[in-house]
Amino acid sequence: MPLLRIGRDPLSLEALAATVCETAGSDNGADGAVVSFLGLVRNHNQGRSVRYLEYEAYEPLALKAFERIAAEVRERWPGARLGLHHRIGRLDVGEASVAIVARSPHRGDAYAACRYAIERVKQIAPIWKREFFEGGDVWIEGATADPDDLKARAEAERVACV
Amino acid sequence: MRVTVRLFARLRDIAGAEEMTRTVEPGATIGALWKQLAGEFPELGQYERSISSALNADYARMDTPVRDGDEVAFLPPVSGG
Repeated sequence: MPLLRIGRDPLSLEALAATVCETAGSDNGADGAVVSFLGLVRNHNQGRSVRYLEYEAYEPLALKAFERIAAEVRERWPGARLGLHHRIGRLDVGEASVAIVARSPHRGDAYAACRYAIERVKQIAPIWKREFFEGGDVWIEGATADPDDLKARAEAERVACV
Repeated sequence: MRVTVRLFARLRDIAGAEEMTRTVEPGATIGALWKQLAGEFPELGQYERSISSALNADYARMDTPVRDGDEVAFLPPVSGG
């Protein structure tokens, strides 16, 4: 299983964690922490009752964005490794849209790297969700994607290191 | 020169197509192509300040020149996660 992936298959946090741990094998026990995050489709958003979400992506660019995020993590937290899978297509309430696993020698770095990764996904991954709620549907539009925006990157790092 | 245009999410809904071919002048930039599209689909104009663009599946600035056969993508604000 690749460390970075975008696709329509259901996510498995367990399988992703196993992959991250396998690829860390050369470290011979140097790592002391694995932190994971699973993002779920929530049944409410901004006062609306959510029925389901439809995710779409510019897939080749999304994968490059994930590679960039993984590289940023390695640069900021040396020794940390990242696994990141995002699902697209129709997702019902309670299903997982994103799975992230960070592994590092120390727990502080693993927590920070995991949080940083999800913040960066929301900033720069070319992925969109269309929310179907009771009474209509709406495209959700968040951040203008700009991977070179250092202020956004610093903000993700600030949030990650609280 | 002919380029392929890719549109996503609400931009695609506004234009009614996810992929189209457009002819641009030699030396035209991504920004010039965007202006051409916004002329064609006035509702796109509201995204003038918030879109991102990509050239051949890499993020690119609006002042980047396009070449014959390029794929140019326009991306509304993202909402992954």
